[in-house]
Parts: sequence; structure tokens; C-alpha cells
Amino acid sequence: MKKGIEVSIAASEAAKLARVEAIAAYPITPQTHIVEHLSDIVANGELDAVYVTVESEHSAMSACIGTSAAGARTFTSTSAQGLELMHEILFIASALRLPIVMAVANRALSAPLSIWNDHSDVMAARDCGWIQLFCENGQEVVDTIIMAFRIAEDHRVLLPVMVNLDGFQLSHVVEPIDFPDQKDVDKFLPDYKPLYTLHPDRPLTMGAYATPELYTEAKFAQEQAIINSLPVIKEILSEYSKKFKRKYNILETYNFEKSDTVFIAMGSVNENIMTAIDTLKKDKKSCGLVKVRLFRPFPDAELAALLEKKKNVIVIDRAMPAGGMNGPVYNEVAALLRRYNIKANLFNYIVGLGGRDVLPEDFISVYDEVVKAKKGKSKEKTNYKVIGVRA
Amino acid sequence: MLPNIEIYAPNVVPKEEFVVSGHRACQGCAEVLALRHALKIFGKDTIIAMATGCMEIISTPLPTTAWTQPWIHVAFENAAAVASGIEAGLRILRKKGKIPDKDIHIVAIGGDGGTADIGLQALSGALERYHKFTYICVDNEAYMNTGIQRSSSTPYGASTTTSPAGKVSIGQQTWKKDMVKIAAAHNIPYVATACPSYPFDLIEKVKQAKMANGPSYLHFLSVCPTGWRIPSEAAIKYGRLAVETGIFPLYEIKDGKYRITYNPEPLRPVKDYLKGQGRFRHLTDEHIEYIQKRTNEHWEEIKKLASLK
Repeated sequence: MKKGIEVSIAASEAAKLARVEAIAAYPITPQTHIVEHLSDIVANGELDAVYVTVESEHSAMSACIGTSAAGARTFTSTSAQGLELMHEILFIASALRLPIVMAVANRALSAPLSIWNDHSDVMAARDCGWIQLFCENGQEVVDTIIMAFRIAEDHRVLLPVMVNLDGFQLSHVVEPIDFPDQKDVDKFLPDYKPLYTLHPDRPLTMGAYATPELYTEAKFAQEQAIINSLPVIKEILSEYSKKFKRKYNILETYNFEKSDTVFIAMGSVNENIMTAIDTLKKDKKSCGLVKVRLFRPFPDAELAALLEKKKNVIVIDRAMPAGGMNGPVYNEVAALLRRYNIKANLFNYIVGLGGRDVLPEDFISVYDEVVKAKKGKSKEKTNYKVIGVRA
Repeated sequence: MLPNIEIYAPNVVPKEEFVVSGHRACQGCAEVLALRHALKIFGKDTIIAMATGCMEIISTPLPTTAWTQPWIHVAFENAAAVASGIEAGLRILRKKGKIPDKDIHIVAIGGDGGTADIGLQALSGALERYHKFTYICVDNEAYMNTGIQRSSSTPYGASTTTSPAGKVSIGQQTWKKDMVKIAAAHNIPYVATACPSYPFDLIEKVKQAKMANGPSYLHFLSVCPTGWRIPSEAAIKYGRLAVETGIFPLYEIKDGKYRITYNPEPLRPVKDYLKGQGRFRHLTDEHIEYIQKRTNEHWEEIKKLASLK
């Protein structure tokens, strides 16, 4: 039965369904409702877990490494500046192969200070060795958090997982959400069985340093681990879909087959793109969408198979390139087109920075502009456009 | 000190070693010596969270390790936060019956930079949250691992590579940060100073720290022949001189109560300690007089706090 609930509260309820044992977190807008509710359910005894009220996000991730290395199922959550403060430790969590799950309520990075949504926080942390999943709505947040633990703790994976949900746009809305039964979740997600823990009965050293003779091999092995996680992620998403009757895949499409022009986007913006697509349909214009649910490891072969025969590919980024040629998602897609020798025209639009509203009409204009550009009527000099900017 | 200690010492110190030979510490390193003593007392059921620094870098080049207790290194500034996590993690797993029901002591270890500078916030957080663990600061009075740069724990007048003595500078221009007071300000059950030149005093304090009903903080003066520019065979001697001159008083604060554990009075002049150390070679009589004055004041303050008039 569906229940109307704020997505942040739902995210903490998902952590409870996952029987999280340890939480270390530091409050930051717009993640606060997640950690407040976690604190509540720990205080009420609804969730039998330790909650370490650390003094910073740097210590949050450090303490998570401690709880996870001790063998406890570990969850945390942050946003923006908090993610950047823990940046150093993110790389260590993944290299130590600790299956921590973190919900990131995506928010713009300062300066100027902005508490509102975009993807500049997670994009600055995209190469930290974590598996990164993006959610479009509250139902996905709940399901993804549960799946994230299964993925992270699978002995073929053993990597931390970041579950991205757009701050405010998603974290603070009330949605009807279907919560799976505890006993079904328990069956899907049994107790965490760590391979190695810190314990005197079996002493070991974690976090040794590597000389130049070994560093490359250590990082190569880690890279293999995240590459090899892809089939396992697909397998777990498919198992979850079957068990809980909600379809999940690493990529999802909308109005796709017959459309020559397609958008690629991540997160809650997908819902507005779908509305735009529906409106375009009424004008007999066909536009498609690929929702990228898994960003790391990047599902290149799967995305290539989808884009193979498309004419126009419009990549939506929610972070500035900072002097680079294009937005971060575009760069992945451009590399993919080259590798798979796909001849589609590629466009890059940067939208919704720092909480700027981006409406279905904006995507309709983008579609019209792209279709026109294809006919050679409009040639843009910049590699990307920022929708709605007053330059 | 106890008479004829050398006769029965081998019988009162546990024989088992937890930091084993083969590590790459410099000759005469009193820091690894201090840890060797301390870890014997913490014993087998211990988990170590270590900050980046000398002790980490001498002991764990992949695929080797010098530690026989479970040991983790994460980063420079977060040993106390990692220890917090381990303590909390073990607590919930023990409560749930997922690990054997036995006490495991968590020990976080950092150098003076990892404690008094970059790790101060994480340490304060962990002490305030009252995790049951021991934090050890192994203080060799500068960033020795990276090549003798000054820290806030470097003593006044010491020449380091980032506080070099020069025509217009005496070297370190600030007074050593009082980490003991900072730790004690968290109202934790046990805080103490120790020095491996006084191994039995150190061992006693480690026992107290381990037994404390809450967080404990140990501050070890760890003589560094390389950074202090003294002969390696003089490490123990300089540790003793630091104590005998009152530069580094040996005391503890147990449940808020100060006690001097070794009274070296009458104090030797600080000159005995400063002379012979390359890092203080440039100091004039005037500087030494100033150090003497501040050292006396500090010693008197500790005495007063310990109600020794």
C-alpha cells in the first residue's frame, strides 16, 4: 500500500528496512531531514543501531570507515560542502573496499553559497571509486537504498555506494511511496557478512602504504573491481525488480524506439523531460529520453547500444565544466560515441544550477533548437549552452 | 625510582611484542620504543587506529606490517574519528551478539602534528562524545616524517625546516601548545604525560588509561634524534633531561585530580637539556633565560594544581 511521505523520511525508513547497524553523520541542508529521522528512530529503539554524532563530515566518513571495518552495516548521508569536506576520505573508503552506503541530497557548491539543487557536488566527487546511482523520484530512493546495500556488500563487489537524490526537488517533496515488507527485505538483503574485519581474533593490517612498485597494481585491482561490479549491479537490480514488482535497470528509456532525437539526463529532471516529451508528442514531434541511473561504473556498452542509430543526442548536465570543454556527463557520452564509432550529433545543455527552475518548456525549446541545428540553420559557437542564463 | 629494578624488570613487563622487528624507524627512535611499551600493556585484545606519520610510514609498506594487533590507517587528521567508528561498530555488533562478548580496547595514535594541529578537531569530537578509547599523542615536537617542519607542539626556540633560525629569527617563535590541558578540558577520566625514558611510569599510566571508564589521553614525549639533531644513543638521556629540567613534567589528571608521578626536584637548569641539541644550538643566554623562566612557571603551575606546595 502506498503511503504519502516526505522523501527524506522515506530514505531513512529505507535505511531502517535495510537494518543499518551504524550511522555517522553531520547535519547539512538539504540532507537534515534524513539524519533527523534516523536519529529519531534510533532514539525510539525502532532501529537497533549506533548513531555517532560526529563533529564534521570529514569525521563522518572517517567514523563510517571505522564502523564498517569493524563489520557493521554502515549508512551516512550528506550534501554539497559536506561531500567536499569528506572528499579525501571518500577515496580511502573505496580503496579499503568498505561497503558503506551514503545518500547524497545533491546541492550546489559554494560560492556563492546556495543550498539549492544541482549536481556540482557529486560531479566533483565522481572519480572517488564509489558506485554512483541516481534517483528520479521517492520510490526510486527507497528501492535504491535497499539495493545499494546488496550491491555494496556482495563479495564480488565490496565497494561503497552513493545514492544521489536531488536536494529539495526530491528530498523535500511528499510522494506516495510503496514500502516493501520487512520480511521480504530481510530475504533480499541478509545480514552483512564481511570478508575481513578489525578484530583481535584475526589480526590484520588495513591501510598500508604502497611504494611505486605496488601502487599501480593496487589501483589497477581496484579499477577491475568497479568495472566488474557492473554485471553484479545489473543482476541485483533485476532480482529486486522481480521480487518487488518494480522495474529497475541501470539505464531506462522513455518514448525511445521511434525517436531520432533523444535526451540523456540523471535525477529528478527526468520527470520534466518526460512531460516535455508528452507535450511534443501532441505536436507530432517525437523525442526520447535515456535516464542514466548508474553513473559509476559508467555503462558504456549498454548506452552505446541504445544510441547507435540516433541522430541527435542531447546531454543534460547539472554542473559547470569549470574550464573544461563540456559538462561531465557530456564528456562520458562523447567518449562513448567515439569508442563505439556512433555518428550522432551531440549537444550539451547545462540546466538548473543552484536550484534554478527548469521547466518542461525549456526542454521543448531545446528540442526545437536541436532539430533546427541539425538542418544547419543555427550554428552555435560554444560547445554547450546554459539554459536561461542572463549573460 | 624503584631500587634494583633491572633485576626484576623483565618479569613485570609482558614479554609478548606487538610492534615487531623489521620496521624502518630511525636508530634511537624513542617514539617506537614508547609504543612498544604501551602496546604490551594494552595487550592482545586491542585495535589500533593510526594517523599518517612516522609510526605509520616505518611500519606498513605493502605487503608487510610490523603490527601484530589489528591495525588501521586511514588518513592524517582522523585517527580519533576512525577510532570512534571502530568503538561504536564493535559496541553494536557485541550487543547484537554478532561478535564474541569480550572487551576490546581501541587505541588511536597520532604524532604531534596529527594531534595538536590537523587532528585536533577530530580528537576533540571523539573525547567529547566519550567513546571508550585511548588516544596517544606521540610527540616528537615537529613534522618529522616529512622532514622536520614546525608544528604547534614544537618548543619555543627550536630550529626546524619551516621555523629555521636566521639572522632575524630565533626559530620557533611560539610556545608549545598545551595538549594536556586541552584534553583535560574535555573532563575525561584520565589524562597523563609520559616518556619512554621512564618506562615504568609510562606502563603504569597506560594501565590507568586502559582501565578508565571513558576516553583517556596519553601524551608521550618521544625523543627524535634525527629531528632534534642529537646522537641516536642519546635519546633516553634527553628524555630524562626533559623531565629533570621540568621541561616535560610527568603527571596525570585522574578524574580531574592532578598528581605529579615523578618529582625531579631540585630541577636541573634547562640549559642542560637545550645544550647538545642541534635544534637549539643557536640560542643565546638571553633566550635560555626566557625558557628557564617559563619552564619554572609551568612547573610551579603543575605543582599547584597537584597541591604540592
